[in-house]
Amino acid sequence: MKVRVLVRPKSGILDPQGEAVRRALPALGFSGVKTVHIGRLVEMEVESADKVEGMCRRLLANPTVEEYEWEVIS
Amino acid sequence: MRIGVTVFPGSNCDRDALYAVERAGATPVELWHADADLKGVDAVVVPGGFSYGDYLRPGAIARFAKVMGPLEDFARSGGPVLGVCNGFQVLLEAHLLPGALLRNASMRFVSRRVRARVEANDTPWTSLYERGEELTLPVAHNEGSYFADERTLRGLEEEGRVVLRYVENPNGSVNDIAGICDEGRSVVGLMPHPERVSDPALGSEAGLKVFESVLRFAGAKV
Repeated sequence: MKVRVLVRPKSGILDPQGEAVRRALPALGFSGVKTVHIGRLVEMEVESADKVEGMCRRLLANPTVEEYEWEVIS
Repeated sequence: MRIGVTVFPGSNCDRDALYAVERAGATPVELWHADADLKGVDAVVVPGGFSYGDYLRPGAIARFAKVMGPLEDFARSGGPVLGVCNGFQVLLEAHLLPGALLRNASMRFVSRRVRARVEANDTPWTSLYERGEELTLPVAHNEGSYFADERTLRGLEEEGRVVLRYVENPNGSVNDIAGICDEGRSVVGLMPHPERVSDPALGSEAGLKVFESVLRFAGAKV
């Protein structure tokens, strides 16, 4: 099965990457962007979803500064 | 005294660290990432670089290398461990130190010398410095902005576990933190590179005392 994991900085954590993009967008004429947060998308093919939670917690995300969510996509 | 230096694929300050160890008067011992033991060393340096290409997050993959098992046991039993730059990131990922290192606030790789103040000299790695002593040390990193939640931060400050503090903050690090230690005080993580200023030929030997300190700690002759 395919699993999709989304990892993003926790709210309140400095996200200079998102901030840099937020400031760059108006320069291209895209106005009205209030916030940008940049995370990471991980897609995996796994035999079972049993261990995905553990994978997220131990490796794919750093729970100190990131939050994650995951879903089975097919 | 034997001081080990871990080598991961992508480490690039391991030679410098081995050199600094030797110059301080200890026997340098290379510890390969796939080693199953620490070869009987008395202290360990986890050097800087880009272990495993910094893939996923700096230090995230190195933290599961084989050598990290015995290294964690060694650290948890009070053995002196120093993580420099990427090594600091590895120790954070391994939860031997609290918090995380985030992308520099400037979004730029910072490579220059900065002034930093020794805030704690009651660790094996800083005992030969004066408390409050200002050092000029090189930094070279992309993810050097230290972060910890408020409770952790308060604990670090109250317990005097901020070991090194920037006088001029190059990366947006919270409370200007450049280095911290664990509760037992023997595990230290530093963002600046003491090994790169361990010989007058490098322009300074301001960092040499880091390695001499751990020798004194172990009771060996400096």
